[in-house]
Amino acid sequence: MLEKEVISLKKRIVEYATFVEQMIKNSIDGLMEKEKSLLKKVIKELEPKANDMEIDIEEQGTVVMARFQPKAKDLRLILMILKMNNDLERMADHAVNIAERGLFLIKKPIVKPLIDIPKTAEITIHMLKDSIDSFVKEDSRLAKSVCERDEKIDNLNNQILRELITYMFTDPSTIERSIKLIQISNNFERIADLATNICEDVIYIVEGKVIKHHRDAE
Amino acid sequence: MSNKVKIKVDNAHFYYGKSCALKNISMDIYENLVTAIIGPSGCGKSTFIRLFNRMNDLIPRTRFEGKIYLDGEDIYKPKVDIVDIRRRVGMVFQKPNPFPKSIFDNISYGLKVNGMKNKTAIEERVVESLKDAAIWNEVKDRLHENALGLSGGQQQRLCIARCLAVKPEVILFDEPAASLDPISTKKIEELIEKLRKKYTIVIVTHNMQQAARISQYTVFLYIGKLIEYAPTDELFTVPKNKMTEDYLRGKFG
Repeated sequence: MLEKEVISLKKRIVEYATFVEQMIKNSIDGLMEKEKSLLKKVIKELEPKANDMEIDIEEQGTVVMARFQPKAKDLRLILMILKMNNDLERMADHAVNIAERGLFLIKKPIVKPLIDIPKTAEITIHMLKDSIDSFVKEDSRLAKSVCERDEKIDNLNNQILRELITYMFTDPSTIERSIKLIQISNNFERIADLATNICEDVIYIVEGKVIKHHRDAE
Repeated sequence: MSNKVKIKVDNAHFYYGKSCALKNISMDIYENLVTAIIGPSGCGKSTFIRLFNRMNDLIPRTRFEGKIYLDGEDIYKPKVDIVDIRRRVGMVFQKPNPFPKSIFDNISYGLKVNGMKNKTAIEERVVESLKDAAIWNEVKDRLHENALGLSGGQQQRLCIARCLAVKPEVILFDEPAASLDPISTKKIEELIEKLRKKYTIVIVTHNMQQAARISQYTVFLYIGKLIEYAPTDELFTVPKNKMTEDYLRGKFG
């Protein structure tokens, strides 16, 4: 009964994560390959589905709490699934933001060849994948490795910002496009943060330790 | 949920002497689902389900008004075969009440009363019932021992097996786990979940968490009135009636 519900919730959140991962992939692929249809699909077709999935999981989670009053690990797990659910929905929003900027950019000449942004995207998507893997396998080591990678994304994001500022200085006609690129980079940075959130929760589930907000250091 | 209506309650009133224990209840009970009835002590839960197999008929100075239909047939109309109604609508009580006979005889008794004579057929039905009640493995080597030697939880499952043996369509459970420990309770709950695939189940429980865990529909009764009847998922998350809300949150009852 409760076991069945927990398994079903776990399965659904993993499906949701895979779905969101695909949205993010589509948004970066659409930008890199200048594929308008792919970007439009993210905005028009996938995002509404992602919203529905979030609501369904939230409803199921609420019902399971009301009906079974889960305790101990079941309780931690369900609370975490509901938080992951939120995080994934935020990620889907970021994917839409990226796709919208992408739609603008693919119509214009490029500011510069894109190197760091696809790199950021690749690392971020990998972080998301590993965060879900660490959840499924309850692997706190993998989860920690994701948290460590977050710094790399922060550095890349800063680097992208610095570089584009130089472009904007030298040629103000690039300002609008550069800002869109900076926003895209920021969106990936946020996605990476949310993947890190998931991993912090996995560590809590497995080890019962709260490592958020650097509580470890205290 | 688009299940067929198995029992239809229409304008039911019930009186003990002059006092009205159930007031104007109308509702449908669906096939192959578990319907739970909750409410504080004395709200009429047990009286209510006893209407479904005319068990209240046995209590003197009581009166029923209204209609109850089983598969569309009014079970209170004159000349109804009450024994047949009670076969079709079985009942399991709070306290396990096995007969002081062997495990085997407990199950075969109802079959013999119903006129079954073929020994092999009886044996097959006994085994099938014990298996369906999830107690077969625990009793298969001691079928001829006295049923009173079983634990409380086992006795309750034996009573369920006894009820299943006569092939009922509806099973009424009146606080089936109230006198059992948590492990036996879990077994009974799992069993009910399994049984609903073949039967229609109505369960009375004062334990609202149990109702939440095992039912698909929940009825909240208060002082003989139906306050709210809704899918369990809804009733326990967003009850529509303030009284239901207060009862669920432990504010009274």
